[in-house]
Amino acid sequence: MQKQRKITNIRIAGLGGMGVLKASLILSELLFEEGFDVKKAEVHGMSQRGGSISSDVRFGDNVLSPMIPEGQINYLLSLQPEWSDAHKISLAEGAIVISPADFDASKLKNSKSVNVAALGVLSRYLDIPEHRWLETIKKFFPQKLHAANEDAFLLGRNSMAK
Amino acid sequence: MSNLMRKLLSGNEAVALAAKHAGCALGIGYPGTPSTEILENFSILGGSAEWAPNEKVAAEVALGAAFAGSSSLVTMKHVGFNVSQDLFFTASYSGVRGAMVAVVADDPGMASSQNEQDTRLLARAGGLPVLEPSDSQEAYDFTKLAFKLSRKFSIPFILRTTTRIAHSNTIVEYLDESQELPAADYHKDIASSVMVPGHAKPAHLKLRAKYAEMLAWNEKDGPNKTIPGDSRLGIISSGVAYMHAREAAPEAGFFKVGFSNPLPVGKIAEFAKNYDKCIVVEEGEPYMTELLRAAGIPNIAEREEVWRFDELNVDRVKAQLSGDTQYAPKIIKSKPPQLCQGCPHVFSFKPLVELGCIVAGDIGCYTLAAMKPISGMDMQICMGASIGMGIGLRKVLPEDKARKVVSVIGDSTFMHSGLTGLLEMVYNPPPTGHLVVVVDNSTTAMTGQQEHPGTGRKLDHTPAPHTVSIEEVAKAIGVKNVAVFNPVREAEAMKRYIEEKLAVNELTLVVSRQVCVLAAAARAKGK
Repeated sequence: MQKQRKITNIRIAGLGGMGVLKASLILSELLFEEGFDVKKAEVHGMSQRGGSISSDVRFGDNVLSPMIPEGQINYLLSLQPEWSDAHKISLAEGAIVISPADFDASKLKNSKSVNVAALGVLSRYLDIPEHRWLETIKKFFPQKLHAANEDAFLLGRNSMAK
Repeated sequence: MSNLMRKLLSGNEAVALAAKHAGCALGIGYPGTPSTEILENFSILGGSAEWAPNEKVAAEVALGAAFAGSSSLVTMKHVGFNVSQDLFFTASYSGVRGAMVAVVADDPGMASSQNEQDTRLLARAGGLPVLEPSDSQEAYDFTKLAFKLSRKFSIPFILRTTTRIAHSNTIVEYLDESQELPAADYHKDIASSVMVPGHAKPAHLKLRAKYAEMLAWNEKDGPNKTIPGDSRLGIISSGVAYMHAREAAPEAGFFKVGFSNPLPVGKIAEFAKNYDKCIVVEEGEPYMTELLRAAGIPNIAEREEVWRFDELNVDRVKAQLSGDTQYAPKIIKSKPPQLCQGCPHVFSFKPLVELGCIVAGDIGCYTLAAMKPISGMDMQICMGASIGMGIGLRKVLPEDKARKVVSVIGDSTFMHSGLTGLLEMVYNPPPTGHLVVVVDNSTTAMTGQQEHPGTGRKLDHTPAPHTVSIEEVAKAIGVKNVAVFNPVREAEAMKRYIEEKLAVNELTLVVSRQVCVLAAAARAKGK
């Protein structure tokens, strides 16, 4: 696979309890296993109590700061647009914004899988084989949730591109 | 032969792994964001890990283990370091026979803290050496190094992390091998370990001699590095600020400090000679800036006041380097944190608000009750202060106001530092009496549901040999009225009881007990 030379910046944003941190953990682990340098940054603690939360995942050949500089977000996964669309003021030119509107959330077997469905949408833009995504997602959930999360991922991945 | 491993780890996970590999016999601490996950991970890795009632006790236990020749780890957040400071300022005199490493996590920008103090200044005041990692790899390497140097120089070492080191994941390469250390044993050495003046005077001199040795070692072999660059600008940096600075000014020359107290001033002076101008990029206080300027290095720029506040990032470092003190980041609108749906704290504060109480509060999730719509807390400073502050208010306010004063403290905070407040209350009671409400959700909720002496479970959630009862402790100390209510199911009775006790000149402790909704869910899942 052709390694991207520049740094790609992904921000996942939502509210505490929506699985923002889980999604960024899955994504950063996958990118790491694919051979990239990866850094992931977030703030937890008080922000878990239903407040806004976001996590930065940066990958490329050599990542320095773990935090995405202003105006350099390439992909924004806005899991709770009412609040998380606020991050749009920091998008890079040509950035992609992914939100629950990109898939039919009513088809989710488990409403908590919005985070994984959003990763499914993101997967269309990153050159990583589908089976690698699915393998990595499974590593982060107990077996009884594997099927629901695989479905959620595929729902996002196979939804109509905007 | 052990294999070279590669993993994506948080700074906290990396510290735990390094402690395991360094042969650390005991890890102990008190939960505090962003340091909490170190001991949880150390336990998962098979290390012996415990939550102590507070940071001072944790440091005492760690010091005892190090006196016996073992390697011990104590973890805390920056404000917890204050709680344990009494120990550290003299443990630097006594030194240790084994190794003791204290991980202190600073929170510049106050993501989840009440202040943004800089551990380097406190450590320097106490004569304690400090290592500062800039990513998870260094969190791993420097933790191992700290154990080694603590043994070499016979002194507790501080590893200063920050929120972005503790809670960022970066790649760590390591050899999967643990060091075997000699078994603990005790060798009598009264002169080194009993800090009466006759021993402490030579011990102070010994500390400064050790300090000079550590400085000489740091100047020669310390974990600091130089990256040559364009002679117009040299940057001196440490911690995650170094990463921001490398990204902000890739063309500049760098002196990266890994061992920041005692600071390798001589080596930095040599570096500075190669550059027209040098700027120190550091998070928190101008610690290195002032030391380097005081050392008379002529081309170290003074730091503008604005960089003392908040955490740094690439944009702010760019602004500092270009002298733009007016730089203001775009504000990303955010939803503030709030108490969970069904949180028992909401019910605990309801009667206090309805009765018009003046509430001296404390540290925990319930501090959020100070915010709208509850607005039910009037003051909050540090762990355990609610009881003392309440007593102080009661002692000077006119009677009608004094009667309204209530202290509110959580169960974990009560264990941490509420007991001494109760002693003050029974020893020097205010004329109008006093009323303490312990909002007991049976967990350390704020930091992620850690156990404490009152939960009946150890750090790994297995049963504890004894469960401390808050109400029995209060009775034993001598509080006259002690009652337990469920704030949800017994709301009316609890309100009536509080109202009644506020009217009389007696000492009362109400335990408002209902388990945290998140902890209840986690326990149902079997965590």
